[in-house]
Amino acid sequence: MTNHWIDLKNADVILVMGSNPAENHPISMKWMMRAREKGAKLIVVDPRFTRTAAKADLYAPLRSGTDIAFLGGMIKYIIDNNLYFREYVANYTNASFLVNPEYKGPGELEGVFSGYDAKARKYDKKTWSYQMEESGVPKRDMTLKDPRCVFQLMRKHYSRYNLDKVSDITGTPKEKLAEVYKTYGSTGKPNRVGTECYAMGWTQHTVGTQNIRAMSIIQLLLGNIGMAGGGINAMRGESNVQGSTDFGLLFHILPGYVPVPSATLADLKAYNEKFTPKTKEPRSVNWWGNRPKYITSYLKAIYGNAATADNDYGYAWLPKIDEGMNASWLMLFDQMYKGKFEGFFAWGQNPACSGSNAGKVRKGLAKLKWMVNVNLFDNETGSFWRGPGVNPKDIQTEVFMLPCCSSVEKEGSISNSGRWVQWRTAAVPPIAGSKPDGEIINELHYRVKKLYQTKGGKFPAPITNLTWNYGRKDKDGKIHEISTHLIAKEVNGYYLDDIVDAKVTPPKQLGKKGELCTNFVTLQADGKTSCGNWIYSGSYTQKDGKEINMMARRKKADPTGLGMFPEWAWAWPVNRRIIYNRASVNPEGRPWDPKRAVIKWNPDKLDPVTNKVVPGWDGDVPDGPAPPMATEKTGKLPFIMMASGVGGLFGPGLADGPFPEHYEALECPLQENLMSKTKINPAVKIFTDKDSGAAEDVFFSCDMRYPYVATTYRVSEHWQTGVMTRHVPWLAEAVPQLFVEMSMELAKEKGISNGDKVIVKSGRGEVLAKAVVTKRFKPFKVGGSTIHQVGLPYHFGWQFPEDGSGGDSANLLTPTIGDANTMIPETKAFMVNVQKA
Amino acid sequence: MALSRRDFLKLSGGAAVVGAVAADVPGAEAKAVTKDPRTKGAKETTTICPYCSVGCGIVVHTKDGKVINTEGDPEHPISEGTLCSKGASLYQVVNNPKRLTKPMYRAAGAAEWKEVEWDWALDEIAKKVKDTRDRTFKVMSKSKVKEKQPDGTEKEVEKEFVVNRTDGIAHVGSAALDNEECYILQKWLRSLGLVYIEHQARI
Repeated sequence: MTNHWIDLKNADVILVMGSNPAENHPISMKWMMRAREKGAKLIVVDPRFTRTAAKADLYAPLRSGTDIAFLGGMIKYIIDNNLYFREYVANYTNASFLVNPEYKGPGELEGVFSGYDAKARKYDKKTWSYQMEESGVPKRDMTLKDPRCVFQLMRKHYSRYNLDKVSDITGTPKEKLAEVYKTYGSTGKPNRVGTECYAMGWTQHTVGTQNIRAMSIIQLLLGNIGMAGGGINAMRGESNVQGSTDFGLLFHILPGYVPVPSATLADLKAYNEKFTPKTKEPRSVNWWGNRPKYITSYLKAIYGNAATADNDYGYAWLPKIDEGMNASWLMLFDQMYKGKFEGFFAWGQNPACSGSNAGKVRKGLAKLKWMVNVNLFDNETGSFWRGPGVNPKDIQTEVFMLPCCSSVEKEGSISNSGRWVQWRTAAVPPIAGSKPDGEIINELHYRVKKLYQTKGGKFPAPITNLTWNYGRKDKDGKIHEISTHLIAKEVNGYYLDDIVDAKVTPPKQLGKKGELCTNFVTLQADGKTSCGNWIYSGSYTQKDGKEINMMARRKKADPTGLGMFPEWAWAWPVNRRIIYNRASVNPEGRPWDPKRAVIKWNPDKLDPVTNKVVPGWDGDVPDGPAPPMATEKTGKLPFIMMASGVGGLFGPGLADGPFPEHYEALECPLQENLMSKTKINPAVKIFTDKDSGAAEDVFFSCDMRYPYVATTYRVSEHWQTGVMTRHVPWLAEAVPQLFVEMSMELAKEKGISNGDKVIVKSGRGEVLAKAVVTKRFKPFKVGGSTIHQVGLPYHFGWQFPEDGSGGDSANLLTPTIGDANTMIPETKAFMVNVQKA
Repeated sequence: MALSRRDFLKLSGGAAVVGAVAADVPGAEAKAVTKDPRTKGAKETTTICPYCSVGCGIVVHTKDGKVINTEGDPEHPISEGTLCSKGASLYQVVNNPKRLTKPMYRAAGAAEWKEVEWDWALDEIAKKVKDTRDRTFKVMSKSKVKEKQPDGTEKEVEKEFVVNRTDGIAHVGSAALDNEECYILQKWLRSLGLVYIEHQARI
């Protein structure tokens, strides 16, 4: 989230699209209702009339997978009706930048952007660039009238998204579209603000990233980014999926969104050269320009004294991916299916049910030599060798199942969607024979290291040099109980030497050798600091010799009245509660909306220690201390993580186009895309049965065998694949088994009654489910025909309840296909059939 | 507050379950609250809900080293004492007869799990990690790169580069871990040379 949960109360309009907070983030709904009590409007756009929709002022249905058409129509409406916030758009976005004359959009090229290579399914992005001044900054037209400026190209791109066309694609009635556009468009005024909340309803599509980009464009046009009650807010699905992402448990990033090194970057210099963005724009803060400090401090944290300037801080010990290699989820299970792995860890995750195309995943597991499954409960992944249709005798995989303890039996921090990092204390020691996950990692590290120390082996340096200073070691070097606090301190970082700023007179000491870092501002690229994750630097710090765990704070002061609670826990980065808050003020530093001032420039600010006037910011921790943009010489642009310093209406960094364009889902009910001649996202990777050998790698569009659009979703009583909640008696009783929800109209057509047992079938597999016939789904009118949609929760699996009464995973139906940028699987739009069992 | 099963079902569903603040609980439910003496004298600690990412506060009551109750933390600024149906039933995860209490092992071709000791399981896993890593470790690997030709054009060529990794082991998980655990997990996996590291955030 750019903002945070309580901040929802500050909005004038809340758009819930791609999420269902009343059921999946129930307590967040309270803050939406607080906003409504003050007169805010809640809009829900969803294929299904959800429980969130039941509380909304305005509900608009749309067919799954057509969000870009819907939002593109909103962009057109906002521009056509002059609803955009002109001063914000001109100063704080790239609207005025002049684009390469060779650039062409999908309106001119039958649905693709310039530079498309159909054979490689990839773009050469050369033409997605700017015309440059001699000084090296993009040419701009501040009147926004030049036909080659971003604003005019965007207007042209979305001119094709008129109400008739959008309604024809989405199935949303025209008058509903106009009502949503008008209501949300009302937040383009300085004193009005709108927020958007999305979840997997937006990410799990072949156009997932572009769904969110489309909304980001709207938020920038309306001046809603950086504002209290604004922003674009991902409602994440797990208690610490924010933290586990921040800490780099993904193939492409190290902790703190620092890219993993690839093979051609032979040394740290080459790495820094490639990943440190440069800009000639004097007013850009270009925060990623600090990247060398973060990678060096990370290497110092993980390799300690073994990392020296002479050995490139151990850079060679980090594993490298091949150039262009993708090792993400779908690729991982594709490789597993092809028998490429011997060993596999499934740690607190149940891919046999959560993985898209779960049938392929389950067959892949059978090709492993060994597997380690760490969980509270047995599950479909650990027990795959005794699953439906599997003969244990045929499965040669050795499986270890290790019991971890629950969250109340250990201490540590987790990060919520609003980036609040909150500390949990242990209520009791681990129950029975279970262990905290951290202790299991500690044990495995110790034992593997010991084997390399005693027996030798391939390339032991990264293992034997890995720092592991998390508690008292016995004579064998083993830690019997690790200290979470010591890990948290390594994450925060230490000054390994005295750090002095020699540029000021007299030189100023920034950090004292041996102490915890104050925050990432003082990290160094020369090995004098260590820091496990730069964005968490400042979370466990020290003041006047006393160490402070900032994440465990429980003070409830709310000085702005906006609900930021700056002394409750700690938020990354540097306890900033609203990201891009410099965009909430005008170029002179005055809040666009004084009633909701996130920050404001105070020229008369008194230093509390010296009592002298030192101009500075009041309110939230600003996006950098620099004075406001209009300040001569020292003023800075608001979007500090962008090398350009401004928000991107034009986004040349993505794989599938600088502007979001509507494409159909891989599986869809239409013969053709009503927007262009390019049916599906032209930059997605296609997996086929010919390549993988998996019979499940197939897809069917416009096929009479699979005529209905399907989507997966969640209910409030269960969580993810249900491994925890299926075991909770109260929850299992409330929602005991898999169901498929469908409209009264479809049920009538198929002769299905509420409660009937039905078979739901896709090209990949089938599941048995109870029919739930409701008015919440209604048939859509799309391209002149009637289209039905059904929905299923994915919380169930064959292993528990043990009598099989829960049914199996809805992901047995979903395809192997992912978003063009993130490769997140498309489980929110696919095709099925439904029939009475 | 200890909800009875009946109260829980009444309050559950799409709506949030009203937590610790008795005054917020209407009518019949209030009786259940005032009658309840279970948490009297119990130790209180605070935690954050392990389910979705709102980050609601939960108070855990323990007596004699056992969790006897969990309920909404009224001091928590986001949840203000309220919890949803999942958060409100957390103690049933902690005290659950189906929880694994010992490591289990399934041999190749076996039809049953076998209970094993921690020491044995951890040693076996360590041996397997080393064995697979040593056999599959790649020092060099091929990458396609663009190379300038003498005539000034670019050509894609395949060359070998140092990668120092193993493609023999993959890992998925976990958004269920604490930050500090995620940190040492990624650190450990990368020390082994794994690059196939993925988790819930990707799906």
